[in-house]
Amino acid sequence: MTIYLLKRLLIGIATLVVASLVVFLMLEVVPGDPARLMLGMNASDAQVELLREQMGLNQPLILRYLDWARGLLSLDFGRSYTYSVPVIDLIKERLVVSFPLAVIALTLSTLIAIPVGLFAAARRGKAGDTAAMAVAQVGVAMPNFWFALLLVYVFAVWLRLVPAGGFPGWSNGAWPALKALILPALALALPQAAILARVTRSALIEVLNEDYIRTARAKGMPMRAVLWRHALRNAMIPVLTIMGLQFAFLLAGTIIIENVFYLPGLGRLVFQAITQRDLIVVESVVMLLVAAVVIVNLIVDLSYAVVDPRLRARQ
Amino acid sequence: MTETAPQSDGTFGDLVSRALGNRSFVIGLVITLVVVAMAAVSFFWTPFDVTRLVVADRMQPPSAEHWFGTDHFGRDVLSMIMIGSRNSIAVALVAVVIGMGIGVPLGCWAAARGGWVDEALMRFNDLVFAFPALLSAIMITAVFGPSAINAIIAIGIFNIPVFARVARAGALSIWPREYILAARAAGKNKARITVEHILPNIANLLLVQGTIQFALGILAEAALSYVGLGTQPPMPSWGRMLFDAQTLMMVSPWLALFPGCAILLTVLGLNLLGDGISDIFDPRARRRI
Amino acid sequence: MSLLEIEKLSLKIGSVPILKDIDLSIAAGEVMGLVGESGSGKSMTALAVMRLTPALARMEGRIAFEGIDIIGATESQMCALRGDDIGMVFQEPMTALNPVKTIGEQVAEGIRWHTRASRAEAEERARKILDRVGLPEQKFALTRYPHELSGGQRQRVAIAIACALKPKLLIADEPTTALDVVLQAQILDLLKELVSENRMSLLFISHDLAVVTAMADRITILRQGAVVEAGDTARTLSEATHPYTRQLALASMHVPARVKPHGEETTENLLEVANVTRDYPGRRRSLFSRPEPVRAVDNVSLKMKPGASVALVGRSGCGKSTLARMILALDTPTSGAIRFRGIDVTSGSETDLRRARRNMQVVFQDPYGSFDPRHTVERLVSEPLHLLERKPNRKERRDMVGRALHEVGLNRSDMEKYPHEFSGGQRQRLSIARAIITRPKLVVADEPVSALDVSIRAQILDLFAELNQKLGVAYLFITHDLTVARAITDDVLVMHEGRIVERGKTSEVLDHPQTEAAQALVSAAPDLHRAIARRLQEQG
Repeated sequence: MTIYLLKRLLIGIATLVVASLVVFLMLEVVPGDPARLMLGMNASDAQVELLREQMGLNQPLILRYLDWARGLLSLDFGRSYTYSVPVIDLIKERLVVSFPLAVIALTLSTLIAIPVGLFAAARRGKAGDTAAMAVAQVGVAMPNFWFALLLVYVFAVWLRLVPAGGFPGWSNGAWPALKALILPALALALPQAAILARVTRSALIEVLNEDYIRTARAKGMPMRAVLWRHALRNAMIPVLTIMGLQFAFLLAGTIIIENVFYLPGLGRLVFQAITQRDLIVVESVVMLLVAAVVIVNLIVDLSYAVVDPRLRARQ
Repeated sequence: MTETAPQSDGTFGDLVSRALGNRSFVIGLVITLVVVAMAAVSFFWTPFDVTRLVVADRMQPPSAEHWFGTDHFGRDVLSMIMIGSRNSIAVALVAVVIGMGIGVPLGCWAAARGGWVDEALMRFNDLVFAFPALLSAIMITAVFGPSAINAIIAIGIFNIPVFARVARAGALSIWPREYILAARAAGKNKARITVEHILPNIANLLLVQGTIQFALGILAEAALSYVGLGTQPPMPSWGRMLFDAQTLMMVSPWLALFPGCAILLTVLGLNLLGDGISDIFDPRARRRI
Repeated sequence: MSLLEIEKLSLKIGSVPILKDIDLSIAAGEVMGLVGESGSGKSMTALAVMRLTPALARMEGRIAFEGIDIIGATESQMCALRGDDIGMVFQEPMTALNPVKTIGEQVAEGIRWHTRASRAEAEERARKILDRVGLPEQKFALTRYPHELSGGQRQRVAIAIACALKPKLLIADEPTTALDVVLQAQILDLLKELVSENRMSLLFISHDLAVVTAMADRITILRQGAVVEAGDTARTLSEATHPYTRQLALASMHVPARVKPHGEETTENLLEVANVTRDYPGRRRSLFSRPEPVRAVDNVSLKMKPGASVALVGRSGCGKSTLARMILALDTPTSGAIRFRGIDVTSGSETDLRRARRNMQVVFQDPYGSFDPRHTVERLVSEPLHLLERKPNRKERRDMVGRALHEVGLNRSDMEKYPHEFSGGQRQRLSIARAIITRPKLVVADEPVSALDVSIRAQILDLFAELNQKLGVAYLFITHDLTVARAITDDVLVMHEGRIVERGKTSEVLDHPQTEAAQALVSAAPDLHRAIARRLQEQG
């Protein structure tokens, strides 16, 4: 088990290293001089050259990469070209929106999907199952940003229950902030929940065909008890895999959804940075998101080992 | 196990009759064909010319003349949706072709070769999966600027490990079968066995994954165009239409309704088609119903 | 009054009749054997008693257990019966246990469910019953998971689960079919002991007449969902008045007529295996230790003459299949050499290998898995022609396939069909046709009849014997079934833990085994003659 986890950890670290190389090299080929960008068109060549020297832009590629990578490790991402403030401050400011949004959405999606999947699997082929899966089928096909627009139209424009967009910040109390996050979280969560519910159902149905379910029933346990005690835990492995993959989609979705609701999160930051060609910000946010995906996948690997004793024994 | 032959088989007639009896497949196929036909027709005919801006006709609600209404430039929404479907289909299809073209050979190679090739492929998969399609699109756009081509590349790159994984898993389940051993005993090498035995037996898996990735590609293209990283105006695209509709939603909600429905229906059709195909080919799944 | 009484039980799935008017009764303390070939409805009968039949199954007739009407009982009544009064053991021990729960939990679960015992009490009872089935706590802690146990040990856990509450009726559905003969004998002994200790009744289901005879007081023979004959085991089988019963009994003792082709005594060996060893990488115990390799085949040497028929017997996991694969050059030895007709197949070049392969072919166990479902018979059977120096044209190829099909008793017109259009026995014929199409000198057959019903098995053995004479092809039969070895081979090699421990003339070795491994195999092997004789003797 330790070997398994150690191996996964090493793979995670290696993935991050390679990812950082890819990100660094991609942004390296971009035309344009960051120093010139920061100083503006009126600056003299000498001023630009001085800044290039200060920013270390004249060093060889490999040294600059190592410098940048060392910065990443100590959470020093450098300074934004356009705002001239440390990138980390920009990110921190935005993370308080994006992170709660992703967590709420993931929780919502799990809380909705697993009971629905259980319900449908227990009644497979019956009306309840058919109806739930028809809804899920539509949910899977729903683009989340369009769903967000519909939610805004119904709950904000029509019913006026929640604000249509914007974020009041956490300093005015938790409730207004949470209220602003409800619709975005729902828009993110429901299409994901549809996918997860389908996966949960089919994983459960797969497991219910296993021989050990028959053994459990031959012990005299009713179907409901068998479903909870024997089927669910075995079905968790594919469900966890999908949840891990979904987290990546969720992060990407956050970027889009923040644009629908004008939330000042990482997504907005990244798009502003792209239009302003503030590449160091793009670079940093991308690395941060990649790191988040890698860490979540590590957690998924860890939970496999918790769920499945066979994995604990394997190397 | 009975002495009578099992019911499922690979003959063509049987497959067709099973396909026509499968509700998901039929509905999915009809929707998909309608969308494809719409895209095809748009090449030589649309109800209105979408390049001409008619300010007098702007923001009209749905009517007999403009079935889906008009937008803020007075363009016919139905015509724009028709032309937009070309884009969606082209981007998603090319991305699937990229993913299959590179991913399937990689996956088959890894399964046949095992060892470090397999390990390297899996690590490559880990790497690409760490960059969701949108994230790589953001990077590519940041470097090369937004365009439909860059959207295709971003989605296509993301498709590679998906197909590699499906092909590898499928191939790994076929390799230990006895008929593969028999083929090896007949002196056939791994490449030949892959072509003759492995690929035909995983084709249905790849087909199903193909429809799923096609559907995901359409969703991703719409999302990218919506945030301005995909298809660029004035070329109409479903995602872009939704972006434009957002600010006008109070006044003319139909602008947001119809392109969204177009995306929803297309993706739904493809997903149903995929479900149908996998039901038809997997008799075990049928028995579960 | 009987404990279990089944009267006129019919069962349909959809509109397909599976069982027709089954009558069966079991008295308290009695062992009833239920025999039949695949598809005869044995398992469905057992599932009907438990009412664990598939969702679409519809039953008519009467099943009464201690006077309780099973067909009409509510689900909660059935739950109260299952596991408490009726226990069941299934065929596949590898998949019968939940992989994510410990064996202690799985045994205790039923106890707690039915007796409302506390966790500690249930655990104590689980400990006792596991100890009774041969898994003492010192060696097999309750906290072990199924994957840490072997197939035989898992079947013991399954038996512990079924017998934990000392049910009045135990149903065992092919409980030893997935195990090798030695384990089979141990499990059968355990079942017998448990039944007599707790005065349980046993419904014992098997396709193997010899095994049923050893176990059952009375026997019911099923065919195509209906009862053919029922009665006292020894009398039913020794008198064998019903034609189907006679056919079954004869088929399971069938020995093909063979004339030894002694004609050409050559000194040249067809196959020489010299000091072959095969290691597989083992599991790493800790981060720093090197993984200990697992030795599957250990320093094996053997020789075969042209036209010889040799059996390679041994328990499952003894390395016999690994050895066969190395001979077929489908796997490479870690050390040692294999020469086939003078050609080194272990390190030989690609052309050498092709020359060797032309003359050696293979027949596998599973008639369902050995054909690509997407190819026609013509393409499948002609696959080895790929090895020929000169590729035959289409007409020649069809002629060769046609002849091979004819030789194995199929029609030339069958070459247009797909494998799913054939039955299990016919597929095994196809498999043999594919193996002989290049006129090989050696056919390696890995358990070629063990997946077949007895009557079909007899026919396939006849076919093997006939081809041995007609074509002069040598056989290496890999089998765990000594009856097969006896029926069709002249020489035998007994393999145990990777080594060949005994070799010689088949009849001599099997009649007078010298080594412990061979003795264990022989004494565990079910034998219908002996089983009937013993029963008759017991009854006087």
